[in-house]
Amino acid sequence: MDWVNAVVQGTLLGGLYALFAAGLSLIFGVMRLVNIAHGDLIIFAAYLGLTVTMTMGVHPLLALFVVVPVMGFFGYVLQRGILNQTLGDDLLPPLLVTFGLSVILQNGLLEIYTADPQKMNAGALETASIPIGSLSLGVLPVLTFAIAVAVIWGLQWTFYRTALGRAFRAVSDNQDIAQLMGLNRRHIYGLAMALALAVTAIAGILLGIRTSFDPSVGGGRLIFGFEAVIIGGLGNLWGTLTGGIILGVAQTVGAKIDPGWQVLSGHIVFLVILAVRPNGLFPRVSG
Amino acid sequence: MNLQEYNVTRSSQAARISAIIGVLILLILIAAPWWAGRSEMRLMGEIFLYLALASLWNLMAGYAGLVSVGQQAFVGFGGYMLFALTIFAGLPPVVAIGAAGVLGVIVAVPMAVLIFRLRGAYFAIGTWVFAEVFRLSFAQVSSLGGGSGSSLPVGIVRSIASSRQGREWLSYWLALGIVVLVIAAVYLFLRSRNGLALTAIRDNELAAGSLGIDIWRTKFVVYVVTAGLTAMVGALIFLQKLRISPDAAFSVNDWTAFVIFIVVIGGIGTIEGPIIGTLIFFALRETLADLGTIYLIVLGVVAIVVMLKAPKGVWGLIRARFDLQLFPLGYRVQHSKDKKGP
Repeated sequence: MDWVNAVVQGTLLGGLYALFAAGLSLIFGVMRLVNIAHGDLIIFAAYLGLTVTMTMGVHPLLALFVVVPVMGFFGYVLQRGILNQTLGDDLLPPLLVTFGLSVILQNGLLEIYTADPQKMNAGALETASIPIGSLSLGVLPVLTFAIAVAVIWGLQWTFYRTALGRAFRAVSDNQDIAQLMGLNRRHIYGLAMALALAVTAIAGILLGIRTSFDPSVGGGRLIFGFEAVIIGGLGNLWGTLTGGIILGVAQTVGAKIDPGWQVLSGHIVFLVILAVRPNGLFPRVSG
Repeated sequence: MNLQEYNVTRSSQAARISAIIGVLILLILIAAPWWAGRSEMRLMGEIFLYLALASLWNLMAGYAGLVSVGQQAFVGFGGYMLFALTIFAGLPPVVAIGAAGVLGVIVAVPMAVLIFRLRGAYFAIGTWVFAEVFRLSFAQVSSLGGGSGSSLPVGIVRSIASSRQGREWLSYWLALGIVVLVIAAVYLFLRSRNGLALTAIRDNELAAGSLGIDIWRTKFVVYVVTAGLTAMVGALIFLQKLRISPDAAFSVNDWTAFVIFIVVIGGIGTIEGPIIGTLIFFALRETLADLGTIYLIVLGVVAIVVMLKAPKGVWGLIRARFDLQLFPLGYRVQHSKDKKGP
């Protein structure tokens, strides 16, 4: 029964990882940009959430209504101000610029909030649980998982059912022809980054309620998100959710064997999948 | 126009002069124990080790297109191998440094096979995953101190050289030796057949492949050789520090972020770039280090601005202005008798 519990808890944890990964997947899908600063942006969102809850005295989940638009706006400005200049055939500029951004964000947060671990206080939500059979499911993990499914469904719907999604797919397929057809790709990229950082904001707040965080943990979140994307297969959002679940289960089962193995076993499962299925489990585009 | 009046040469006046100056500087640096103080020698040793790391990263990213953010895997691995081989196998430290390089090559082979399946930026993050696997794995090894790390036993430290001065001199010369080895290796590699293949791949991967260059193999050689040399540099770094812990050994900031900034600011894809970048990096560090985190923010901003405004770095600006090449890698066409017109 302990093992069943580990798998169930891992699945719910996978929802959070899928949220880390969704923004990464979206940006890569639209503009072939891999954002090294993604993890630090998640932590940045968590700190924004912390500031909002402290200054306005609201519940962390209500802080979403402030943090999501702020992060979205930040994403649009970031993309149009800096990242659009790096896009092209050469891989190095976007990689190095986002790497620089990661160092700036990390040390900026360190300067403002110090290195002390912080946590958001969500009151009763943190400890509430629902008993199912002999298992006990935390309300927060279940809520996180539900939000992850909703976000991925929403992104999928945006991609395939709306004019914006059509524009995303068009610039992704061929930038130049999309431009000829009257799409302003710089604006579309800005919107894609805004949407990605809005998702990142949700991920950051949920992370901040679930565990404590400090400015240095961004890199680890980037790696979890990245592993979920690769396990699921590039360009497939539902695959990304599956990848997140696999990673979460690997971690909780690993932790069950030996607590020191939690993160390590996630990495090992990732490497095994990379060895067996280099394109991930459900590939849609070739990377 | 008569073709016989033209010849193709690699060398140039600037390259010959810089080679002579380079040898002179090297001789002065070898003699440093007789003119420099203890703290200057320590700083110079650190500069050499960073220059070695930067030159190696530049070979991978600037020439082979392998942008890794996980080189700390090999730095830490080399450091841990130094500790393990001296403590458990009883090897003398200098021998252990060489052995760490060999072991670095051996672990890099299966890693390369796996990680070359990822392309571009995903390759970069994949290398980081490996570095994390190394960090977490070495944290599990309780005989090397687990998560809190361990110090090099006094007996082994004494075996390097009996006096403190002797140890400091030796570790300085080893650092100087490795940076000369690395730069010479990079230079000779780039002038070899493999280097030509690498340059072709950098310029156009598709065209290079269609001309019969084995792209996978060439990149593989670069990755594995770089891994071995990086492991040796790592062993030397921790021979200087005398203490190792997983977080210090596999630090992404210390062994990769700084190195990337050095190469980008100096000029990626040139041998001269990392040298200039290292000097700028240490000049900034010595003047701004008191500012702590602000210094790192400034470094990040400088790197972004350089990448956007002058993607070829400081050396690229100099080269565009003066047409200089201190390490003769390219070929240039010269008119043999300039006075005779066609």
